[in-house]
Amino acid sequence: MLDINNLQASVEGKAILKGLDLHVKAGEVHAIMGPNGSGKSTLAQVMAGREAFSVDGGSVTWDGQDLLAMPIEERARAGLFLAFQYPVEIPGVSNAYFLKAAVNAVRKHRGLPEFDAMDFLTRVKAEMKAVGMKEEFLYRSVNEGFSGGEKKRNEVLQMALLEPRLAILDETDSGLDIDALKVVADGVNRLRSPDRALIVITHYQRLLDYIVPDQVHVLSHGRIVRSGGRELALELEEKGYGWIGDSGEVHHQPPAAGAAS
Amino acid sequence: MSSIDTWVSEFRARSAQLPGAALPWLAAQRQHAIERFADEGWPTRRHPRWQHTSLAFMEQQEFAPAAQPVDAAAALAALRGDETGHWLVFVGGRFAASLSDIGPLPSGALVLSLAEALESHSEDIEAAFGNAADGDSPAALNTALAADGAFVRLAPGVALDAPLHLVSIAGASEASRHLRHLVVAGSGAQATVVEHYIGGGQSASLTTAVTRIMAEADARITHLKLQQEAEQAIHLASIASVQARGAHFASHSLSFGARLARNDIRTRFDGEGCEALLNGLYHVDGRRHVDHHTCIDHARPLGNSREFYRGLLDGQSRGVFTGRVVVARDAQRSDAMQRCDNLLLSRQAEADARPELEIYADDVKCAHGATVGEIDEDSLFYLQSRGLDEIHARRLLTYAFAAEALERIELMPLRSRARAALLARLPGGELLEELL
Ligand SMILES: Nc1ncnc2c1ncn2[C@@H]1O[C@H](COP(=O)(O)OP(=O)(O)OP(=O)(O)O)[C@@H](O)[C@H]1O
Ligand SMILES: [Mg+2]
Repeated sequence: MLDINNLQASVEGKAILKGLDLHVKAGEVHAIMGPNGSGKSTLAQVMAGREAFSVDGGSVTWDGQDLLAMPIEERARAGLFLAFQYPVEIPGVSNAYFLKAAVNAVRKHRGLPEFDAMDFLTRVKAEMKAVGMKEEFLYRSVNEGFSGGEKKRNEVLQMALLEPRLAILDETDSGLDIDALKVVADGVNRLRSPDRALIVITHYQRLLDYIVPDQVHVLSHGRIVRSGGRELALELEEKGYGWIGDSGEVHHQPPAAGAAS
Repeated sequence: MSSIDTWVSEFRARSAQLPGAALPWLAAQRQHAIERFADEGWPTRRHPRWQHTSLAFMEQQEFAPAAQPVDAAAALAALRGDETGHWLVFVGGRFAASLSDIGPLPSGALVLSLAEALESHSEDIEAAFGNAADGDSPAALNTALAADGAFVRLAPGVALDAPLHLVSIAGASEASRHLRHLVVAGSGAQATVVEHYIGGGQSASLTTAVTRIMAEADARITHLKLQQEAEQAIHLASIASVQARGAHFASHSLSFGARLARNDIRTRFDGEGCEALLNGLYHVDGRRHVDHHTCIDHARPLGNSREFYRGLLDGQSRGVFTGRVVVARDAQRSDAMQRCDNLLLSRQAEADARPELEIYADDVKCAHGATVGEIDEDSLFYLQSRGLDEIHARRLLTYAFAAEALERIELMPLRSRARAALLARLPGGELLEELL
């Protein structure tokens, strides 16, 4: 479903992704871990189309399409979703308007009828209940004054409403209490299906207790330097990143049998 | 031509027919005012209050009546919609009784056209009219030429049940119109006054307006101005209020139309514990120009003033804001806050925001801030990453920037009205219509 080959990206002349390879099949969940500043968010943002990063080489093919050639909104409409590490506050735009505009943009693209106000409210209220958000969050400005955890729930809400085919969660678990963590995990697990793929960027093996990944990758210095089954996450938790070495040497472990449950 | 001499001859031709021409005090004020105008001429950049807005071009400017007939009734119907309240309509600067709908007023409330009131209440008007020395030379021109407007007097404790709308529609036969509105609110009285300015065809025309508000102790006056004149119009206005102890004054200035619009907004705290909110929102594009020049005079202690101005500047337009705050020596524990934020929608647009603080008391809180920025890239990316196309996202963010100013308008029908007027100005406003 997703093939990233030798991806290189930089910002303001500084190379960040230095030949990154990643292959994700439909139905799989991949976790990406790695030290701060290694390029995880950069990868996520480049995939979503952030123009501040320049792509200097390599390719990203998504269902046979050249992802990098698609405009930002086309990627979203085609089913790519990025849950932001730092969701943006947009004063003056109500969350309700924002969610409805997003859902309808995507529905229109998929040839589905756009939701009217009533249908939308019914739908969004059900999803808000599932992610544990009070209705008042519909009428507040997008993310404005939301706590860290509330912002993350709002990202999960958007993901649930947009029903992406490829979702990238960038540290959606960071700063969450244990209940919120379950909400995120639940949101992801509800989305799991044979025709969808998910990439979960996290620092904590804890999340992977709830979202069991098919593969775990370590991103360091702009490359995937090690890949393995979920036990790799446990190993990282125990030993940190030091033992991997960060010369950019690439190791590959085939996923342990049974890890892809 | 709009040269000084043209206006002086216009005054000579018109003055004998102006309402109240037979009143000696008024004739004298008008005469002094035209002399002052002739003496000072149009303000230029050399004038300290006009450094960013020169009216030197007015010497050369031709003004002409609208080329086409004007259907004032249709224009009013479109503006008013189904809104209730009290409506006074002025066409070409003259009260149009047949279009107006003052409706029932609470006892103790008097609402008349100025021309009418000069017949029946000339002493009240003399006290409220102001004089030739007020404001700058455009205000003096208004003092000389204003033929009509509204006269509103509220007895102590009287509250108007619904907003009073004062609508100015440019007529077909005049090249300029000059309105003067007077609001006298007794102690504890309350009212919301909305001034609308619409119309003006393809040819350049001039509107001058002077609004004077006197708020006695604890009165609460909300003033909202919605300026949507045609793109060739020159709009020169001043709003001046005087507040007695504990009076509350709110001004919302929404400036969307006209080629050049200047609003001088000032209030003086003449008693302790006054409050003022000056809120403004402007949108200009093309080569249009808008200037808000505000002054809050904290003459007495314990006053609180809040100013918030926001501008959307497109094309090669220019938006100017000056926020003058004076705190007198014995106006202790005054609290003044001021912000001006501009969003540049084009690289060629220009914003000027300048605080002018003159503080003579020592126990005061004064804060000011100004920003000029473009649409936030992070917000734009966030919206696009959710499937909104770039144009929709930009419009949404532009609207959102302005919405903060709208949220300060407390009365919902007025807020919706202001919002609709803004959306009508913004390209693609219909896309955002469901925000209403
Ligand atoms: N706009 C930018 N300008 C300059 N440097 C940037 C910019 N964005 C990212 N970087 C740099 O790129 C590197 C990778 O950042 P990135 O955000 O991808 O790291 P990360 O792996 O997500 O880290 P974390 O775990 O802390 O979230 C960092 O050194 C960061 O400082
Ligand atoms: Mg990151």
